Amino acid sequence: MLTNTTQAATRDSGEPAGNDLVQVEQLSIRYGTRCVLSGVDLTAGAGHITALIGPSGCGKTSLLTTLNRLCDLVSGCQVEGTVRIGGRDVRSDDVDVLQLRRRVGMIFQKPNPFPLSIRRNLDLPLREHGLTDHAERMERIETALRSVGLWDEVKDRLETSALALSGGQQQRLCIARALALKPQVLLLDEPCSALDPISTGVIEDLLLRLRGQLTQIVVTHNLAQARRIADDVAFFWTTDGTGRLVERGPADQVFASPQDPLTQAYVAGRSG
Amino acid sequence: MTTTPGEPGLLDHANWTVRPSAAHRGLDRAVAVVVWSVAAAITLVFAWLVGSIVWRGAGEISWGYLTGPVLDAGRGGGIGPVLVSTLLILLVCLAVSVPLGLGTAILLAEFSPRQNRFGRLVRRSLDVLAGVPSIVFGLFGNAFFCVWLGMGFSIVSGGLTLACMVLPILIRATEEGFRSVPDDYRLAAAALGMSRTAAIRHLLLPAAVPGLVVGLVLGIGRALAETAALIFTSGYVTRMPESLWDSGRSLSIHIFDLSMNAAGGNDRAHAAALVLIVLLLALNGAASWMAHRWLHRQVMTA
Repeated sequence: MLTNTTQAATRDSGEPAGNDLVQVEQLSIRYGTRCVLSGVDLTAGAGHITALIGPSGCGKTSLLTTLNRLCDLVSGCQVEGTVRIGGRDVRSDDVDVLQLRRRVGMIFQKPNPFPLSIRRNLDLPLREHGLTDHAERMERIETALRSVGLWDEVKDRLETSALALSGGQQQRLCIARALALKPQVLLLDEPCSALDPISTGVIEDLLLRLRGQLTQIVVTHNLAQARRIADDVAFFWTTDGTGRLVERGPADQVFASPQDPLTQAYVAGRSG
Repeated sequence: MTTTPGEPGLLDHANWTVRPSAAHRGLDRAVAVVVWSVAAAITLVFAWLVGSIVWRGAGEISWGYLTGPVLDAGRGGGIGPVLVSTLLILLVCLAVSVPLGLGTAILLAEFSPRQNRFGRLVRRSLDVLAGVPSIVFGLFGNAFFCVWLGMGFSIVSGGLTLACMVLPILIRATEEGFRSVPDDYRLAAAALGMSRTAAIRHLLLPAAVPGLVVGLVLGIGRALAETAALIFTSGYVTRMPESLWDSGRSLSIHIFDLSMNAAGGNDRAHAAALVLIVLLLALNGAASWMAHRWLHRQVMTA
């Protein structure tokens, strides 16, 4: 159940996914009558960090939730367009949503560890995904905690509450919790906005280390952060309450020589 | 500055440390006196109540009293069978109402949004039920359990009637427990691909236990205190029940009978009331202790 089926998925679909693991076409999101995002075409390269930047309320977070179908839980949320991950249409009816969310992890703005012990935080999702072998789960937990650099800090207190950790540690625990499930894609919704600068630096280093192993899509309001970590950048802007994608491309290009005047103003700090 | 001395204005910076006027101080004191006397009066009433029960009842309490059979309509002997019947009625009541209450609370809190019409209907019905006088529950229990279902005057009929009474309290308190769990947990669980059932079982249920305990404490209190509903359903014979289908007298009915129907049974009634209060405190203590132990195992430390 938990084996990595990336290649199988791309092969099954019969459609070459190319280098773009995540493909979004003509995506529109509506909450009731309010259209928050319209006509978005976006791709995220396999192993890349793609940063979504732009002012608040332009639908970036909504876009993330369509990728793991967390938007299904929001009543009145209607999505149009195509979302493909590994060549597979995630919006089709025969997609197992729970499996999709296992493969497309999500990290939230506010760290949200469960009110359980550190170990149980990682153990519970693994168990729910059918990993019955205790030794294997322990191994996964250790690997995940090591990869976020938390193992040495918590190995002696795995049975204590995760809520006793600091904010930065909690966020790394949440990332470890997602990584333990071996996702292909990691969605990060302003993962550092609730953290101090030092914890932010630790998380950014971690994201850079994970680059290449998995595809990351990061929503951020912090332009400097996008500059530091992103391979590709997509810039969103709101007109009349509806967000749309203004410009996208490699990070160097978007920051050094933005094409659209809106992007130029935002990147230069004159707007947003 | 336009303010004249002796008439301090809002912007009079020189006078801001001046003590409040005598009128203000007087008012503050009066309010404090009223608040304290009300609190003292309530404490006094409580102390008087418990004091008189202990004073008049404690002398009667002994091992023989707690275990012995009821003799001479309660004027002699003990309350052994009454205690057993009371506990059995409570057991039937909780065995039925806790699972039902938990299930309904989960349905209301997790599967029906606040504005959902069905959920609103259920909630409204529960609030009405919670306010129905117990004598009405007694008549209903008698007509439904004793007569229509043919259970007769029995511990089961009494327990089931009490369950109907306790359910609304239990459900609403447990529902509040579930609603007080932050949405973060639900979202985090969903984002990790955990099923809703798993989230409820492993995350929401432990977090909702304090609400359940509040409901249990209120429910046990109401069930143990119940007299009217039980006269019609579990009966008031004083012999030791041989099975759940037997009739049995609860402590509260015993107290009622001793003080109203048995001349010279007043001290005995106080002794039974003392046992009832101690039993209530013990059961409530046990309920919260068990919940805390269970929570501790789940590591819910905040």
